[in-house]
Amino acid sequence: MGTLGGAGLAAAAAGRARTLGMEGERRASQARSSGLPAGGADGESPGGGTPFPGSSGSSALLQAEVLDLDEDEDDLEVFSKDASLMDMNSFSPMMPTSPLSMINQIKFEDEPDLKDLFITVDEPESHVTTIETFITYRIITKTSRGEFDSSEFEVRRRYQDFLWLKGKLEEAHPTLIIPPLPEKFMVKGMVERFNDDFIETRRKALHKFLNRIADHPTLTFNEDFKIFLTAQAWELSSHKKQGPGLLSRMGQTVRAVASSMRGVKNRPEEFMEMNNFIELFSQKINLIDKISQRIYKEEREYFDEMKEYGPIHILWSASEEDLVDILKDVASCIDRCCKATEKRMSGLAEALLPVVHEYVLYSEMLMGVMRRRDQIQAELDSKVEALTYKKADADLLPEEIGKLEDKVECANNALKADWERWKQNMQNDIKLAFTDMAEENIHYYEQCLATWESFLTSQTNLHLEEASEDKP
Amino acid sequence: MTHNNFWLKKIEISVSEAEKRTGRNAMNMQETYTAYLIETRSVEHTDGQSVLTDSLWRRYSEFELLRNYLLVYYPHIVVPPLPEKRAEFVWHKLSADNMDPDFVERRRIGLENFLLRIASHPILCRDKIFYLFLTQEGNWKETVNETGFQLKADSRLKALNATFRVKNPDKRFTDLKHYSDELQSVISHLLRVRARVADRLYGVYKVHGNYGRVFSEWSAIEKEMGDGLQSAGHHMDVYASSIDDILEDEEHYADQLKEYLFYAEALRAVCRKHELMQYDLEIAAQDLASKKQQCEELATGTVRTFSLKGMTTKLFGQETPEQREARIKVLEEQINEGEQQLKSKNLEGREFVKNAWADIERFKEQKNRDLKEALISYAVMQISMCKKGIQVWTNAKECFSKM
Repeated sequence: MGTLGGAGLAAAAAGRARTLGMEGERRASQARSSGLPAGGADGESPGGGTPFPGSSGSSALLQAEVLDLDEDEDDLEVFSKDASLMDMNSFSPMMPTSPLSMINQIKFEDEPDLKDLFITVDEPESHVTTIETFITYRIITKTSRGEFDSSEFEVRRRYQDFLWLKGKLEEAHPTLIIPPLPEKFMVKGMVERFNDDFIETRRKALHKFLNRIADHPTLTFNEDFKIFLTAQAWELSSHKKQGPGLLSRMGQTVRAVASSMRGVKNRPEEFMEMNNFIELFSQKINLIDKISQRIYKEEREYFDEMKEYGPIHILWSASEEDLVDILKDVASCIDRCCKATEKRMSGLAEALLPVVHEYVLYSEMLMGVMRRRDQIQAELDSKVEALTYKKADADLLPEEIGKLEDKVECANNALKADWERWKQNMQNDIKLAFTDMAEENIHYYEQCLATWESFLTSQTNLHLEEASEDKP
Repeated sequence: MTHNNFWLKKIEISVSEAEKRTGRNAMNMQETYTAYLIETRSVEHTDGQSVLTDSLWRRYSEFELLRNYLLVYYPHIVVPPLPEKRAEFVWHKLSADNMDPDFVERRRIGLENFLLRIASHPILCRDKIFYLFLTQEGNWKETVNETGFQLKADSRLKALNATFRVKNPDKRFTDLKHYSDELQSVISHLLRVRARVADRLYGVYKVHGNYGRVFSEWSAIEKEMGDGLQSAGHHMDVYASSIDDILEDEEHYADQLKEYLFYAEALRAVCRKHELMQYDLEIAAQDLASKKQQCEELATGTVRTFSLKGMTTKLFGQETPEQREARIKVLEEQINEGEQQLKSKNLEGREFVKNAWADIERFKEQKNRDLKEALISYAVMQISMCKKGIQVWTNAKECFSKM
């Protein structure tokens, strides 16, 4: 893919991202030694590198460093591990001094899958303390990335920790589409907070959540994400305590809500379109979620009734000497169809329901992203307003405005790019989910068809036998 | 289509139409009822052409009258049952309204089936009243009533009494009664569960219809996915509406089972008649035995049994030899009569058992054939439903994969 020159590109080849807080205040990046094996340049997969000897990988935030990326960054076509990102637009270049929070991960043509971070979430365990009961999940991370200290990690996390991670990601990337977390509580108000189905559904969703982050070109390099995956419990706690406190975060939220209203007025056309789409999409996906849940419920009730249906024929056969065989055969056909229904139901629950529900949560997330974008724009607009009406500190304003304009542009571009990626993913996921659902139904009907057809054949054969027996 | 021995030619009977009518009932009140058109055709042997020979309208109550008549005059026959008077075993979509067109349609078929069963019965098909039912529109009711069959009918109370008190019914009839009870119970249960299953199945299919609507609305905002969504939605609609025909077919299956549910009652009627006759016989035998004993006692002068005469004799003194002779003579006459009656009752009873059992054997074979056929037709229905399902979902899958 062309020569990769310069430390910047080599850095990209190694798959490291620069993550830049939109406020420009907090930066998290990693120190690197110049002794990096030029895995990228040789055309090897970045994932093949050896762990950094020099990196500390500890819980403490590493020294922020600004890395200069090459100015002709836009020569790089963006490939991704994910086939779905094939037709993603290349990122528009940013001014060199304010690098994008966009990753350029290069994919080499002879290596289709460059996934170098594998995460599983399993083994939910209940913990009881004097104050509370909670569940932790085991998280196993396997990676070949250099910046990780080791190639395998095992940690235990609870739902609160996931919430924290999500919050940090949102803070760091307000206009990126962060994957959704499963809900805190069951919508329909379970009596028991921790029943097995609930835990299993949540576990799967958490697994999805982490993997989506891992697949995201930018988020995958987020420092808090790394810490989440690797730090010991006490390390995580102390790390969590750093950063803006609760009160300041609350203050931010209040300001955000207030100012986002203003941002709506000057929203550029493309974001108006985006917003319309999000609103409509949200409506439709919510409906689809309801419909899908309802179908599952109806199928379950159908299954419950069917379970009784077959045995009645057996009961009947007890009083009919000439019809014993046919009645028993019918009963067994019904039972087999019953089992096929059960399989269909569980297929639906696996393939369709979680996907649709995730996109319901995504649609809420998207609205939040829009709001944050609007808020950033509102900040700019208010300063511009101030300048126009010559309010206080008029001489400082132009510089501030300049910075804010950058910020807005950054945010908008980040969102635009991520939006395209998200849409593509959404289309694929929905397509797959519904195709699976159709497949389950086809399989179900095929099984039932085979059952009844073989019954019919055996009856016809029997009839022929009897007919030939009757002949002297 | 059946052959009928009353007419020399082959005949075809059909209940071809149903019509809503209004009229005045016995209490001169307005009422609405449904009338059914019965058409009889005779089929020429040679060329198979059929000619309409009779056509008239009858209402359900006239069918009932015909059946009640047959029950009285052919107590040893398992008389075919009528389709239900009121809709039972309904699931939510089916209405329980007698005027509902679907119910009327199914009843029309049931009434036709009833007439065909009679016409194909070797004995019942020769009945004159049945013939008139098909051919004489006016006055038929009066004709039936003139037979006085209502008077000949056994009272329910008498029958009940006999059931409890009979000592030696033919074991085969006792077994038959048990069988018919079981048949009724199991078929009722099956029909109930089937109705519930139908209800649920209806729900599953219909909810998918909602996808159609939402997909269509969603496709409006999607550029690439739009077409796929839209056409997939259409298939969801097709799927949702396919259940109506499927369940209507199943309703016919349910009706076939219902017929045998009602046949159980017809079987019991025959058993009851046997019990009644047997009871009658036992009473007559008892009566005869006690008279014989009385006679003997009078002749020998010993009093072993209690009798009013004996009592009064003790109280008021012995009777004269002339009186005693007279009494013995009366008793001997009664005993003779009684013996004749017993003989004929015995004969009647044995005839009844023989004929009834012949018809029961015929019924059993008919039942086995019909139920086998019904179960097979159920399988055929399921196969058709599965094939439709495969087609719709294959189409939908194609649309989804094109999204």
